Amino acid sequence: MAQTVSVTLHVNGVQYERAVEPRLLLSDFLRAELGLTGTHVGCEHGVCGACTILLDGEPVRSCLLFSVQASGHNIQTVEGLAPGGEAELHPLQVAFREAHALQCGFCTPGLLMTLVAFLDENPAPTRSQIREAISGNLCRCTGYQHIVDAVMLASAART
Amino acid sequence: MSTPWFGQRVRRNEDPRLLTGGALFVDDVQLPGLLHAAFVRSPIAHARILGIDTRTARRKPGVVGVFAADDLGSYWQHGPLLVPPPPIEGHVFHARTQPMLAREKVRYVGEPIAVVVAESRYLAEDAAEEVFVDYDSLPPVVDLKAALATDAPRIHDDLESNLAAHVKQRKGDYEAARRDAALLISRNFRYDRGASAAMETRAIVAEWQARQHELTIWDTTQAPIPIRNGLARLLGLSESQVRVIAPFIGGGFGPKIMMFYQEEVLVPWLAMQLGRPVKWTEDRSESFFATTQEREQIHDAELAVAENGRILGVRDRFIHDGGAYDPYGLTIPINSQCTLLGPYDVPNYESEFTAAFTNKTIVTPVRGAGRQHGVFVMERLLDIAARELGLSPVEIRRRNYIDPSDFPHDHKILYQDSAPLVYDSGNYAEALDRAAEMIGYDAFVQENRVAAPSAKRRGIGIVSYVEGTGIGPYEGARVTVETDGKVTAATGVGTQGQGHFTSFAQIVADQVGVGVTDVRVVTGDTGVFGWGTGTFASRGAVVAGNAFHAAALLVREKILKLAAQFFDVIPEQIDLAEGRVSVHGTPDRSLTLGELAARANPLRGAVQPGTEPGLEATAYFGPSRGCTASGVHAMIVEVDVETALVDVKRYVVVHDCGHVINPLIVDGQIHGGVAHGIGNAFYEKLVYDENGQLLTASFMDYLLPTALDVPDIEVAHVETPSPLNPLGIKGVGEAGAIPVGALFAQAIENALGHDVVEILEMPLGPGRLFELIQEARARAPVERVPATARSMNP
Repeated sequence: MAQTVSVTLHVNGVQYERAVEPRLLLSDFLRAELGLTGTHVGCEHGVCGACTILLDGEPVRSCLLFSVQASGHNIQTVEGLAPGGEAELHPLQVAFREAHALQCGFCTPGLLMTLVAFLDENPAPTRSQIREAISGNLCRCTGYQHIVDAVMLASAART
Repeated sequence: MSTPWFGQRVRRNEDPRLLTGGALFVDDVQLPGLLHAAFVRSPIAHARILGIDTRTARRKPGVVGVFAADDLGSYWQHGPLLVPPPPIEGHVFHARTQPMLAREKVRYVGEPIAVVVAESRYLAEDAAEEVFVDYDSLPPVVDLKAALATDAPRIHDDLESNLAAHVKQRKGDYEAARRDAALLISRNFRYDRGASAAMETRAIVAEWQARQHELTIWDTTQAPIPIRNGLARLLGLSESQVRVIAPFIGGGFGPKIMMFYQEEVLVPWLAMQLGRPVKWTEDRSESFFATTQEREQIHDAELAVAENGRILGVRDRFIHDGGAYDPYGLTIPINSQCTLLGPYDVPNYESEFTAAFTNKTIVTPVRGAGRQHGVFVMERLLDIAARELGLSPVEIRRRNYIDPSDFPHDHKILYQDSAPLVYDSGNYAEALDRAAEMIGYDAFVQENRVAAPSAKRRGIGIVSYVEGTGIGPYEGARVTVETDGKVTAATGVGTQGQGHFTSFAQIVADQVGVGVTDVRVVTGDTGVFGWGTGTFASRGAVVAGNAFHAAALLVREKILKLAAQFFDVIPEQIDLAEGRVSVHGTPDRSLTLGELAARANPLRGAVQPGTEPGLEATAYFGPSRGCTASGVHAMIVEVDVETALVDVKRYVVVHDCGHVINPLIVDGQIHGGVAHGIGNAFYEKLVYDENGQLLTASFMDYLLPTALDVPDIEVAHVETPSPLNPLGIKGVGEAGAIPVGALFAQAIENALGHDVVEILEMPLGPGRLFELIQEARARAPVERVPATARSMNP
């Protein structure tokens, strides 16, 4: 039997305790152990940004962390953005829908998590600031333009 | 009647699920007892397999089974030929399709040799490291021209050479056109490989329900129904015993319609053999080797033009790189051959291609599917001819367009769907004028003529293209009014982000008299709808969309008839809107559609003979041939002549996909296509070394365009409705990606003037452009950039 270690993670406000292999990636932990499959894995080498989550409020790539490294920390995933479900979307999610900022939707959770943190820091960004902010999130479908539109919409809705 | 949904910028029905992480992708499937597969792949491009030792791997913790070719018994075989070549006279085609697992020989890096199944993916990968394969290396065939040399090492031992196919198509008399020409332009062109790079890699989960004798498969395929049919045949099951679900798919772009991938036939077999569900998800590294690619071709082309710039004829000879196997037939090179003709009236055409096997990943369509090459060759030839004749790029195109009165226009050659290449409709000059106006073509040329020389040079480009879309054979759709008043609309085509849940809902809602959000579209589940072919060739909206239209019309008829019976009036007196039927002029005589649906399915009593229960209908649509979408792209670039970096300042697209179902979605398709095209033109390249090793096999080395590389894109539409389908629509999925290489070449040449030699290759990239600038300077030193101007541009 492989060696396991005990981890305690707070994910979307719920505390989870599990015994895991030290090598288990945080992305795999969230998806397979907790069933939070909204966090998507696109490259497993930290480039595409699809697996971005918030760790103590900061966007990080869950494929570049082991779950043991996240033990004791607060994590938010896309499932935590709209606790009320599809009927009560987060304002950024509403804006994404209005502006058609997603097509296949695979990269979308990572973009949302990146942008939630970005908008908290910079509530009224310019288009070029938005482009800079999402330059670490790859999207193959949209060409990014509608994503930028969505962030502008979300920003305007905040004020 | 209220405003039709068709044509509205409707936000998408599918978004809430995707935005909250609630949408199901294949890798999200979790089942009790799930096993995980990992593949052992060849690290060598060309070798004989002397032996495979799986003994150590079998003993590793958590391993349930290890299988090499010999362990598959009678199941081992080569995949089917998916698309047989069209019946072109005199063609040669050698079908050599991929084996399920390599036996005796490997033919590309990444070719699967064995599969390990274990209790977790981690354990499966551990054990895969312990499968030992003894190789006898063979000289690899990498260079496309060298592949066809008489002394080249043979990839398929039973063939006399690496020639996979030879096809010649012609119309008119090119030799005569050549004699009459005022000018002949002859050049060599090269278009190299790029990846589809969908953000979701491929994945498959299979579960054999022994008690029901049913196999359920979740697959990231663009073609769930053909996958079901093929797997049933391979596994000795009836089609109705196999259910293939293509749930939400994280981008397709072509390679997910390739079938059958080796993993795709093995995972279901393993699930049946082992009696437990099995999952395999490709990792990104595997994806670079194991998912099919496009698009190397080398063209030797000649254009014959008259003094006034009119095209007299084109002759093109090209070599197409098919990779190690050719399961997808000749779709790509035939697309190249046909699409070269573009929106132009070309009276004489001679096109001949040779496809070669190489020791590289299998080539099947990627967004554009060979159309890029044809467009690149033709547009470049026209640009060069325009320069020689003293015409502007705009003018030479205008002079050669097929006239709007000349449709249908028969090009007198065969297209990839085996139908004659006949364009249904178009208005190319209108698109050209709109694009030139939007980008400010004339003003730019005027201003740029007097611009001071600087390190950053601006240039403009404008190109045209057509895209054959919406080909047959057919798709089907079933529309059902449910007793809760909602409408379920099911089709077999899979969806990979194109907005089918909304576009199809719009089509149905208009006929059934409900809101778009009242229509629940189900796609890609053979258990729900089992007839159809798949999502490819920009055909989903056209073919399935028209099937939905037909089915919805039948349901509408049933609604009106039943309501008329109920209210004892004639159907023409029934109003149908907002989910209700009512008698015209007496709105209190009214029923909801849900109530009507319940009445259409009585529990007791008698019905009239010939009555079908429910408010439901199924219909099919099969176009006689594809419909031709088209467009004009224009852009302004700024090129740093010292660093060779290219900054796209403006990008304009004027597109014609006939009637637009949902402008929001169509604009998104175009934006994404252009981004893909920009990647293929300037950032992305699959670089193979002389040993057939892929040097760019990660997102660190293979650069997808980011938000900083793709500009805002200005889109406008010309609408020439297709006469080939009742909705008058044409496809749009690939349009954005097709002409971008040609546009980059023209705009960069325009920016650099004498500081660059002709751009005859794609992808370019700053490194290669830098070399071209250096070459041009070495040949003809020109005035250098003033130091002051340079220093202003760090």
